[in-house]
Amino acid sequence: MNRIIPLLLCCLLFASGALHASGTLESFKFATSAEELRFKHLIAELRCLVCQNQSLADSDAELAHDLRVEVYEMLQAGNTNEQIAEFLVERYGDFVLYNPPVKPSTWLIWFGPFVVLIIAMWLLFRALGRQRTATRHEISAEQRKQLEQALHHHPGEDTKS
Amino acid sequence: MMSRYLRFMVPLLLFVLLVALLYRGLSLDPKIVPSPLIGKPMPVFSLPQLENPAATLGDRDLRGKVSVLNVWATWCVSCRAEHAVLMELANTGKVNLYGLDYKDERDSAQRWLAQLGNPYIANAFDQNGRVGIDWGVYGTPETFIMDRQGIIRHKHIGPLTRAVLTNEILPLIAALEAETQ
Repeated sequence: MNRIIPLLLCCLLFASGALHASGTLESFKFATSAEELRFKHLIAELRCLVCQNQSLADSDAELAHDLRVEVYEMLQAGNTNEQIAEFLVERYGDFVLYNPPVKPSTWLIWFGPFVVLIIAMWLLFRALGRQRTATRHEISAEQRKQLEQALHHHPGEDTKS
Repeated sequence: MMSRYLRFMVPLLLFVLLVALLYRGLSLDPKIVPSPLIGKPMPVFSLPQLENPAATLGDRDLRGKVSVLNVWATWCVSCRAEHAVLMELANTGKVNLYGLDYKDERDSAQRWLAQLGNPYIANAFDQNGRVGIDWGVYGTPETFIMDRQGIIRHKHIGPLTRAVLTNEILPLIAALEAETQ
């Protein structure tokens, strides 16, 4: 009797695994592996609005499941990737795209880093240029003589002590 | 003198800018995604009614008047919290309130309305959620407000509260009612 219980539990575990698989990624059928790859690529690029930091591919939300089916059906109907993305953007906004389109409201995220880079480079070169002019100070003949004396005398003193 | 002044002012300005940016960014609710449907005609749809499967409810029934479409479901916990506010909205007698019962079971939805009261003129029964996708529904409850031309003018995401009702929804409906036909 004691042996049967673990066995039953095992069966339950496998059964629940099998149940879980239906309606997920494994349930979609593709004619070619290229098509399957395209589908997987596409849903990885689209954001699930319910759990916002997950893609349609990763999310287990009900809506993500429905949208995967929608994307799959559109793909089977011969729509292009752009058409499918547009379908979702029309309904949910640019937010569904992990790769935001270039337009005035997104200029800051697209070009901001480059602007910061240019400003940083300008500051860097300016600082370096200033350092170079600062080291190019001329010394007088008097100072040069003192310098040479100091340089020549010190080694002797060092050996004595 | 000038460069010394700048040396303090530039980092200070950058810091103030960063604080302003963070203040704005952190006070936004990421769960509320602005709908691209605002300002556009409502999606075309026609679904069996919840109360009477033989009859249909569609965008045509909502046109020609200021209308409100509330997306709800019995599995949605905040819809239950919202229900009392919807009853209040319906009781004002000033709104054409319709419902979209989203991905639900007919029995439990009918029981819900029988027990809690029915604030809706009629409900469209969207069993598989396909019409919900056209409306860009991603989190129930959601509430859409349409003008007489059937243009979506406002979307409220999340449960309606009494404050939202008096400060946003009712004034907007009054303004839309006042628009010339």
